Amino acid sequence: MSSLVRKSAAGTMESSDVFVEIEPADGLEIEIESVVQQQFGQAIEQAVRDVLCGQGVTGARVRLTDRGALECVIRARVETAVRRGKESA
Amino acid sequence: MKNDKLTPSIAEAVRQCGLRDGMTISFHHHLRNGDYVLNMVLDTVAGMGIRGLTVNASSLFDTHMPIVDHIKNGVVTGLEADYISGGVGAHISRGILKKPVIFRSHGGRPYDIERGASPVDVAFIAAPTSDPMGNCTGKTGPSACGSLGYAFPDALYAKKVVVITDNLVPYPLQDWSIDETHVDCVVKVDQIGDPSGIVSGTTKITRDPVGLVMADTAAKVIAASGLLKDGFSFQTGAGGASLAAAKYLKDIMLRERICGSFGLGGITGYMVDMLNEGCFETLLDVQCFDLKAVESIRTNPRHREISAMHYASPGARSAVVDSLDVVILGATEIDLDFNVNVHTDSQGRIMGGSGGHSDTAAGAKLAMIIAPLSRARLPIVMEHVTCVSTPGETVDVLVTQKGVAVNPRQKELAQRLRDAGLPVCGIDELKARAEAMTGVPQPIARGDRPVAEVLYRDGSHLDTIYNV
Repeated sequence: MSSLVRKSAAGTMESSDVFVEIEPADGLEIEIESVVQQQFGQAIEQAVRDVLCGQGVTGARVRLTDRGALECVIRARVETAVRRGKESA
Repeated sequence: MKNDKLTPSIAEAVRQCGLRDGMTISFHHHLRNGDYVLNMVLDTVAGMGIRGLTVNASSLFDTHMPIVDHIKNGVVTGLEADYISGGVGAHISRGILKKPVIFRSHGGRPYDIERGASPVDVAFIAAPTSDPMGNCTGKTGPSACGSLGYAFPDALYAKKVVVITDNLVPYPLQDWSIDETHVDCVVKVDQIGDPSGIVSGTTKITRDPVGLVMADTAAKVIAASGLLKDGFSFQTGAGGASLAAAKYLKDIMLRERICGSFGLGGITGYMVDMLNEGCFETLLDVQCFDLKAVESIRTNPRHREISAMHYASPGARSAVVDSLDVVILGATEIDLDFNVNVHTDSQGRIMGGSGGHSDTAAGAKLAMIIAPLSRARLPIVMEHVTCVSTPGETVDVLVTQKGVAVNPRQKELAQRLRDAGLPVCGIDELKARAEAMTGVPQPIARGDRPVAEVLYRDGSHLDTIYNV
């Protein structure tokens, strides 16, 4: 487990996808903009926290622009962004 | 001879018609998102200092965004429509009007205008071609839109009628739709609309695999329903999956040499192809959606224009929807009782309206809703729809990519579909399958101020839409 070393992103702005941006920070800051904010805002944040925790990330600024992605898609996009952020350039 | 109908400007026509504060003016929507006329008229009356008007428009599109300012500055204080697209709808949902919008259906609007429940003082009719006495048509001219079906109740029952055209031809126009006996003033303007917004060049069938699966299933449901035989009648929307369903249906009809009687509705090039290839004897057209439909209604005598009353009015001695076998309709939401929402999105914001949804559902022997199990993480099947646009007792079947739910009232239909090997299941099962993928959505918050009242086609109250 290593911490984030750089800014990274994953996903797209297509309908039913999510665009995830992530960068190193002190502590966790999660910002979510979603077309289904009212219906799934809490569930999305929980999924993001789960993935970050599983990846051992404790310091990150995460921004999600969600176009109605399913939870499995959100998890996959966040995980990809984290892995990219851990790779040294 | 009365030769004074030709009026030099919209303002002069407004004066001659005696339009005053607090009156109701009406518009039809065949120029769709290319319409200039509604904005021109509102700008004119605003400039004349007239205020407190009610606008009764058969539909409003995003090209009509300037109406938002006319609402904010008090020129327009009431709104009645059958359909309001998302741009204008978002402002309405924010609560810019003190009085709730009145939503009707395409059949309910002419019924209420005719019986005086929704009287119109001055109707403004955008006419792609007119003669100086007001014989007018949508079939010809640079802004041709085809049928003028929804303008008929306005022309017949408004106290005053103004025809606005950009193609003035010598008297008499031979192939008129609306005749001079109803028309008070005729105004020639440079352009009544933008042709690229009036009709689309081509109507496209979806390439989305989920849409194609739904469309294929929809056609099989129709084939198994027992209704698909000589004399069959059919309406479908212009949405991608509905059109694809028409394509699969056409394949079945040609293969089995079934000759239907009529295709109905808003007509697309696809329905024109079905007419020309022998699937139908006639098209009955209240509105043209594309250039091919406009060309067909102009040149093919078997492609007939019908009025809004003839299409769907519940007050008519009979309307075409009463003779309709099958209609394919869309939905933003459907609930466990088969009630359908086409007025709001799932946040509760206005982005549509009945159009002919509830009229055709009520009239057709088989009213089919076609929709994917979920859209952008939101399941289509809900416990309760955000807004009831079409009552569930008039909806017969829901077709999704994962299964077909039949209204429990239609036991015989369910058995026919099962016998044909179609994936029939309960609507609650479809809800559960969707939620297994998406999760269970939290309920949405809504305001406590009514922004729209939805009336059923017979004028009764169906539902209230609140601010968001």
